Amino acid sequence: MPRLPLVLFALTTALAATLTANSAAAYTVYVTNEKDNSVSVIDSEKLEVIKTVKVGQRPRGIIMSQDGKWIIVCTSDDNEVRVYDAQTLEYVKSLPSGPDPELLTLHPDGKRLYIANEDDNLVTVVDIESGRVITDIPVGVEPEGMGMSPDGKVLVNTSETTNMAHFIDTTTHRTFDNVLVDSRPRVAMFNSAQTQLWVSSEVGGTVTVINPADRKIITKISFEIPGIEKEAIQPVGIRITKDGKKAFVALGPANRVAVIDATTFKVEKYILVGQRVWQLYFTPDDKLLFTTNGASNDVTAIDVDNLKAIKSIKVGRYPWGVVVAPK
Amino acid sequence: MCIGVLAAFVAGPSSADETPPPPSGAPAAPAAAPGSDDLSKSSSAATQQPLTIPVLYVKQTRSKELPLSLLDLPPADDGIAGAKLGIEDNNTTGRFLNQSFKLDVLEGDIDDLIKGAAEKMAAGDAFIIADLEPDALLKFADAFAAKSALIFNVGSPDDRLREEDCRANVMHVAPTRTMLADALAQYLVWKQWRNWLLVYGPRPEDHLLADAYRRAAKKFGGKIIEEREFKIDTGSRRADGGFEQIQQQIPQFMQGAKDHDVVLVADEGQLFADYFPYRTWISRPVAGSAGLVASSWHPALELWGGTQFQNRFKRLTSRIMRPLDYDAWVATRAIGEALTRKQTTDFKVLSKYMHSPEFEVAAFKGVATSFRTWNGQLREPLIVATPKLMVSISPQPGFLHQFSVLDTLGIDKPETKCKAYTQ
Repeated sequence: MPRLPLVLFALTTALAATLTANSAAAYTVYVTNEKDNSVSVIDSEKLEVIKTVKVGQRPRGIIMSQDGKWIIVCTSDDNEVRVYDAQTLEYVKSLPSGPDPELLTLHPDGKRLYIANEDDNLVTVVDIESGRVITDIPVGVEPEGMGMSPDGKVLVNTSETTNMAHFIDTTTHRTFDNVLVDSRPRVAMFNSAQTQLWVSSEVGGTVTVINPADRKIITKISFEIPGIEKEAIQPVGIRITKDGKKAFVALGPANRVAVIDATTFKVEKYILVGQRVWQLYFTPDDKLLFTTNGASNDVTAIDVDNLKAIKSIKVGRYPWGVVVAPK
Repeated sequence: MCIGVLAAFVAGPSSADETPPPPSGAPAAPAAAPGSDDLSKSSSAATQQPLTIPVLYVKQTRSKELPLSLLDLPPADDGIAGAKLGIEDNNTTGRFLNQSFKLDVLEGDIDDLIKGAAEKMAAGDAFIIADLEPDALLKFADAFAAKSALIFNVGSPDDRLREEDCRANVMHVAPTRTMLADALAQYLVWKQWRNWLLVYGPRPEDHLLADAYRRAAKKFGGKIIEEREFKIDTGSRRADGGFEQIQQQIPQFMQGAKDHDVVLVADEGQLFADYFPYRTWISRPVAGSAGLVASSWHPALELWGGTQFQNRFKRLTSRIMRPLDYDAWVATRAIGEALTRKQTTDFKVLSKYMHSPEFEVAAFKGVATSFRTWNGQLREPLIVATPKLMVSISPQPGFLHQFSVLDTLGIDKPETKCKAYTQ
């Protein structure tokens, strides 16, 4: 009997070694903690928090600069966007935004930053190098979701009270089309082939898939989970695998991430994560998906191939946004 | 507008409804439509005629006693300001859809309001937000029963208006007394503060509110240990001094009561309830019309995007948003939402849609609000709060319902006495 644990130990070590050999190198995951005014840094291999740093007040939307040198955070209660060194997490500079910035996206040129300002019904465009405001684009009431087309030609902004996806030409910075979706659209996401734009409606409880070419609605996806009341199903974060095969949708207080076949639009599975799951982000190899679970103060790592939650990692209070470094 | 619409016609595929979508999988470059250069166009609105939608707000002049606290004095535009913000929000959406909303306001006694509303209706107003007393609301509704008009009650919490006295042409945005009582009761029961001492005022509406608390106790397992009617004439709301006597009066009134967890005060006019916190005989929290209060809105609510909503209101009015403002905003937004979704001014289509179970309005409550199909009452979460901050939101966890947990608040379908909606 005393030998058994040893055998087990050996087996586990061997298994761990194989896993390590198979998995890609560790990535760095950054999570904003809205209530703690901090960012938690997670090692994607250890699946542990390796560092927590204080940032500005009420950090929400977070992205990475293209070269991976900076993390860029909406510090909503400071009414600005702050830039931190991705390695040292030292404060670099602040960028102007309107009041209460929430979500942002970077143009593929790596320079133009588009920020949704909920309080001003504007999308602010900022040059991240010079910190200069290039222009403001008027949109609907409470702009929120920001989806950039992979070729950088079109930005889609959702407005929460106007219930529309606004299509903005990134050359002229003008709206050229508006598509009505269900109540309180939160996130807009293109697939990598640019054949689909997915928009989540938090209060409507649906995801609308739009053809970006003609702005016609391809389909509307609804969700049904046994034992979960309809009102608790509130789609927010969306991520689509690079091969365009699978989409993941965070369902808020339903505490689950829906897995959807992105060709048939059928919901394949609901993965139980933490409470009030909002934002999602893949590792660059699409092997892991990280979810921010606001009400349970944790982040869940999902194994994308096996569609299983593998670990929930305790972070700060009310984790909101998440981004994974390219390397 | 015309330029925008014209641009839409020449813009190409985006406005051509008959253009089939490209085969799936084809690389579809989301090319911008350079001909269209303003916000007034959308693929869905491009072929529509411009729509103008008037919304009428009627407010009955009432000679009410003033509430005790300076903080609670109603502003002259109480409610109207919420409708104004609703119109602004509708118009921000409307400019993408070629729709424009305007607000007409009438103030006066009920006969003047009926006369004025008749003229407005002749000019095309079909949606009316009504801040009226219960009997005035019935008189108003009956005066226009044969017209194509839909009335949104924001001024009366009376359950009878949704039950035995319900009218087919009235929808109710204001929460009922039973909804408010249930929202508070669920929280007290969740907290395991089940034993209540009920104090109610002498006015008819205080008695109705006391009835709602009694009903809530029975429904959720609370217990009313003892009841006391507060008959002391409260006099003017202020005097130089005054507190010296109150400090003696309230403990005396509360003396000798059986032990209880909470003092529930039913004083709808806020004429004495605020005298109770910190003046009771034994140290017990106060709830109901003072202390912990249930309402449809709170001026410090910042959840679910509420911050922006509060800020917009403050920018427009330079004051904080009160529950009546919120209710009027919801009514205005409901009208806007119906127009947005149906894109028609056909009254029958809009009215039918708003009465249907498919109709939903996002109203900064975290879940969609909707109208109960059996009596036209808005189904919404209610806020349980202290004067400064939200404490909780009801329905509370654990109070379940066959269809919607929101229907655990107030009179539910199986109990309804409303006939007008089923006929």
